[in-house]
Amino acid sequence: MQCGWQDSTEGKIKLYHKEHKEHKRFIHTFVNFVVFVVKIGAMNHLTTYLIISAILFILGLLAMMTRKNGVSVLMGVELILNAAGLNFVAFSRFNGGNLNGQAAALFIMIIAAAEAAVALAIFLNLYRLQATAEVDKASLMKG
Amino acid sequence: MEILKHIIFYLFVAMTIGSACVVVFHRRIIYSAFALLGTFFGVAALYLYLCADFLAASQVLIYVGGILTLIIFGVFLTAKITSLDIPQQTHQRFIALVPAALLGAGLVGMIYGTDWKGLPPLSSPPVTGGEAAFAAGGAQPTAKGLGRLLLTDYLVPFEVASMLLLAALVGAMRLARFYRRED
Repeated sequence: MQCGWQDSTEGKIKLYHKEHKEHKRFIHTFVNFVVFVVKIGAMNHLTTYLIISAILFILGLLAMMTRKNGVSVLMGVELILNAAGLNFVAFSRFNGGNLNGQAAALFIMIIAAAEAAVALAIFLNLYRLQATAEVDKASLMKG
Repeated sequence: MEILKHIIFYLFVAMTIGSACVVVFHRRIIYSAFALLGTFFGVAALYLYLCADFLAASQVLIYVGGILTLIIFGVFLTAKITSLDIPQQTHQRFIALVPAALLGAGLVGMIYGTDWKGLPPLSSPPVTGGEAAFAAGGAQPTAKGLGRLLLTDYLVPFEVASMLLLAALVGAMRLARFYRRED
């Protein structure tokens, strides 16, 4: 019996060491991954920003296509405008710090503000007329 | 410190894209509206990483302070408010996924396929904020240059934009005014 007890303890100790080793290996892998990520230096590449901007653009497009509520469609438009601004600023930064792209992004912001105000006024009117803000219900002028 | 900067960059990217996904896919419109906050802040942070300090500040001021407030007002004014749980319907979700996925694949393929030879990766990481960074020559404040650009090269678009804002202001007031029906 005592022998068996000792065996099981040794087994446990072995198991503990094995788990510990795997734990260590996991940490090692993680640290390696972080070092790898830093070595890539994604924040210093133009493509990173272009990809982020493309994802934002696609998400905004999806919101515009699938949402029924007009305010949600407007949110999709805002996402797309943000993506465009991000693209402009990224190109301006990677083109030797040329400020022209930033000026364009500034104009995009101005246009977004004007567009949001007018679009919300239109949806407000639509809601008053038809008690709904859904864009496919806006068919009053359809003969 | 260098590693920390990279990790924070990834966190900001995750915040931007994650909250944009919430904007697009959440069932309750008010959650979408508030998730837009995360997207705007994330894009402002990305602007900071791109050394556009003035743009980051105006992004927070205009988008978060102006447009997001407008959108939340719009949500509340175009719904019968009984609770914060305002559902919204979606349509053509799966049909819309196809062209979006195609376009996304095309965009990503184009971005990776293009050889950005004229625009190499930055040798030095963009340094933002702080007097020391400016003194080290890492990043320059952009407000001065932008102001000069707006009053020289972009003077006409600048004036046109001011006219556009005025017209939008008057038009939005005219549209959103309450009219008593005559008939």
